[in-house]
Amino acid sequence: MTNCPTLIVTVGLPARGKTYISKKLTRYLNWIGVPTKEFNVGQYRRECVKIYKSFEFFSPDNEEGLKIRRHCAMAALNDVRQYLSVEGGQVAVFDATNTTRERRGAIVKFAEQNGFKVFFVESVCEDPDVIAQNIVQVKLGSPDYIHCDTQEAIEDFMKRIKCYESSYQPLDEVLDRDMPYIKIMDVGRRYLVNRVQDHIQSRIVYYLMNIHITPRSIYLSRHGESDLNIKGRIGGDSALSARGKEYGTCLRKYIQEQNIKDLKVWTSQMKRTIQTAECLGVPYEQWKSLNEIDAGVCEEMMYEEIQEHYPLEFALRDQDKYRYRYPKGESYEDLVQRLEPVIMELERQENVLVICHQAVMRCLLAYFLDKTAVELPYLKCPLHTVLKLTPLAYGCKVESIYLGVDAVNTHRERPENVSVQRSTEAALKTVPAHF
Amino acid sequence: MQIAYLFVCLLECSRTRPAEGAVEDGKVEEKKRNHPGSFVDDSPCQDKKCFELTLAQRGRSQAPLGSHIWERMKPTEMTQDGGGVPVGKRLRFQRPYASVPQFTNSPTMIVMVGLPARGKTYISKKLTRYLNWIGVTTKVFNVGQYRRDATRAYNSFEFFKPDNAEAMKIRKACAIAALKDVWEYFTSEQGQVVVFDATNTTPQRRELILSFAKENSYKVFFVESICDDPEIIAENIKQVKLSSPDYIDCDKDEAVADFLKRIECYKLTYVALDDNKDRNLSYIKIFNVGSRYLVNHVQDHIQSRIVYYLMNIHVTPRSIYLCRHGESELNLVGRIGGDSGLSARGAKFASALQTYVRKQSISELKVWTSHMKRTIQTAEALGVAYEQWKALNEIDAGVCEEMSYEEIQENYPEEFALRDQDKYRYRYPKGESYEDLVQRLEPVIMELERQENVLVICHQAVMRCLLAYFLDKSAVELPYLKCPLHTVLKLTPVAYGCKVESVFLNIEAVNTHRDKPENVDVDREPEEALETVPAHI
Repeated sequence: MTNCPTLIVTVGLPARGKTYISKKLTRYLNWIGVPTKEFNVGQYRRECVKIYKSFEFFSPDNEEGLKIRRHCAMAALNDVRQYLSVEGGQVAVFDATNTTRERRGAIVKFAEQNGFKVFFVESVCEDPDVIAQNIVQVKLGSPDYIHCDTQEAIEDFMKRIKCYESSYQPLDEVLDRDMPYIKIMDVGRRYLVNRVQDHIQSRIVYYLMNIHITPRSIYLSRHGESDLNIKGRIGGDSALSARGKEYGTCLRKYIQEQNIKDLKVWTSQMKRTIQTAECLGVPYEQWKSLNEIDAGVCEEMMYEEIQEHYPLEFALRDQDKYRYRYPKGESYEDLVQRLEPVIMELERQENVLVICHQAVMRCLLAYFLDKTAVELPYLKCPLHTVLKLTPLAYGCKVESIYLGVDAVNTHRERPENVSVQRSTEAALKTVPAHF
Repeated sequence: MQIAYLFVCLLECSRTRPAEGAVEDGKVEEKKRNHPGSFVDDSPCQDKKCFELTLAQRGRSQAPLGSHIWERMKPTEMTQDGGGVPVGKRLRFQRPYASVPQFTNSPTMIVMVGLPARGKTYISKKLTRYLNWIGVTTKVFNVGQYRRDATRAYNSFEFFKPDNAEAMKIRKACAIAALKDVWEYFTSEQGQVVVFDATNTTPQRRELILSFAKENSYKVFFVESICDDPEIIAENIKQVKLSSPDYIDCDKDEAVADFLKRIECYKLTYVALDDNKDRNLSYIKIFNVGSRYLVNHVQDHIQSRIVYYLMNIHVTPRSIYLCRHGESELNLVGRIGGDSGLSARGAKFASALQTYVRKQSISELKVWTSHMKRTIQTAEALGVAYEQWKALNEIDAGVCEEMSYEEIQENYPEEFALRDQDKYRYRYPKGESYEDLVQRLEPVIMELERQENVLVICHQAVMRCLLAYFLDKSAVELPYLKCPLHTVLKLTPVAYGCKVESVFLNIEAVNTHRDKPENVDVDREPEEALETVPAHI
């Protein structure tokens, strides 16, 4: 996707959402397969200055403070260079205030010297409510304020912001007209986009323009137990079993009890998710991209049959479950590609219930919980269980709700022996029970 | 072990079934909840169960029935129930909106803003073409056209002077007439998006449009193009104004002089969208052909997609080369799909392609292929770096993969007929439709817009979809576009459209184009079905 590495540089006063954006963007880029890492200069500062005393550290005439802060920025940039040039990273997010033209100039020079492209992401916000909310959500719990009471912490932080304000030079329409950047104003109400250079920057801009911070929850669930599930067969397009239908009813009750405002319901285009949604008695949308992973030649087989007919394939899949592509089928990696628009739309939406499938749910969950490609294919997504995800601070709170209706287990752990020469028993050791 | 793995990879990984929607995909409109498209088996009782399921839905359905729901049925067994719903022995439901996304609930008006020669009509037409291609019914209303119809002959720029009361009356009447047609389009033709192409340079005019939209519950999104680069403006005038009906009898210099005075007339009253006063409006401001954008208050998905599209297009001159892989082994024997290698003639084409590309001397050409052997082998012969896109894989023919048309007729005569009835929306069992293809090709189109010179080596159905985008072909025409083997189509954007040059590289190949036969009934004779099948071994 990119030729030379890209350095994304955040700009903005404290409590403007820079770290929130950095972490979210990093999570998104990694999920779509672009190796990305964030470098938070505040973290470097904490490691350097073991104990945070007060806002005075950030006073513009604190020589000692300035020296340390400059040193930390340099150290972080060094690590950026290491990551992008040596370790094969493609994008680095340099998360700091970077509020002076001088500091930004130094970063641009650094990038030029190392052959990195630079893209600035500035967050501008004057709404005192939003800033106060930020402080409550992420600053009070910061290591800096671990020994302070709430009132003290807020006061100190506000004074800290003041220290930056006097020397803040926002990206300027005229002076910075040749610089690639996006200026995000008022939490996404307005954007100024300048000189987007390439595909990855275009995707980043699109992503940043679709995210929001309105409180909401995303509910992920699989379809109710299906007839093929009971038989231990994968894929196919079967209908719900009796217990599956019962789950549909329980799901309906759960949703009603939750009293969710303006809930959207999404399903795939396969019978079992549609039947589940039908039980809810509310309108729902069908997405082809939410269809289960295509197992190609192995569609509707039991694991025992796959071992019998395609023992080699079976072993190869266990060796690299994320990248392995079923013959005439798909891989988890392919799934992520086709789920990207679903994720983008989920970001735009507010309360959504997604009724999907095991592999699909693993991919979506991996995005929200920042799981790696190694962990993703083994995430536990049992039938008849709703996962309620609520964005909180820099991450996501997960509540797992089992709706009390029995179902088969469809989760197959990675067996110990993944060699192509393994015995049948070794291969089938972790297959869950079925009829 | 490593070698065995590699060997297996070569064997197995070459044939890959396309992902159902690579990066961008869509969803079915919620109201038309219907029966899923993929089947486990084709037994009638399975279908009946699903049919019953859908019938039960009908009771609660909010979807208007009728022409939207396309049903397959034997004509002799059709009867009507009280609700005007044809009842009887149905074979299967086809979802007409298989993967069409639900982008927006209310109709949306995209309102252009800007001085003359700022690219408004260029953007309007391009955006309309894109939206229609991805399945959002869109139409442009160009107020200048209404003005030409109202005034018959254009005299001079004086018509546009702000103190020309008579002309102002006419111009306002034209805008209102256009708005009336907009209303008609949304109401009677079920359009989803309208692009209102005019200067709309005064707050009063914009207010008029906003009131009209508010009355009718239309969403409004402004697209303002701001440009002060005299070279760009001069180029615009040259490319599209000199040949306008307004200047048909003028010499070039006269026309340019008059047009520049026309622009001056508008400048006197031009008020750009204001960051403060218009902060509650939804808009994008495009500065100097895209070096900068200001985006304000995007309301919904379709506006977000429009912004993304506008931010990816450019006007740098370039050419896009489309061609299919060289003739393949399966092509020779008249079989569809599969993942075969090139035939001898196909390999010859690949060499000829290399010669052609070299001769063209294209600056920084990017080469794209699919993940299938035949396109990769073709690209290999070029001796340059190329990128493989899974999204460029040929349409998945599901149960009909690797069959000849004769075999499809023999094994699936009904499917064969249904496909001929609506080739664009028809989805092969366990396969894809052209409509699905368009969804999965959208990111390819988006990246093609960003790029400059590109050669895309793909497949027949894929090439038809891409071509339909560039040449603004409808869903009816798309599946029958002619994309013969061993022929390169060179597309060069010019004025408001695309110039096409078709270059046959002089290597013989089978014809793989099957025209729509006359008889598309499910009970037609095999000969009628196979009438238009091209010759093969």
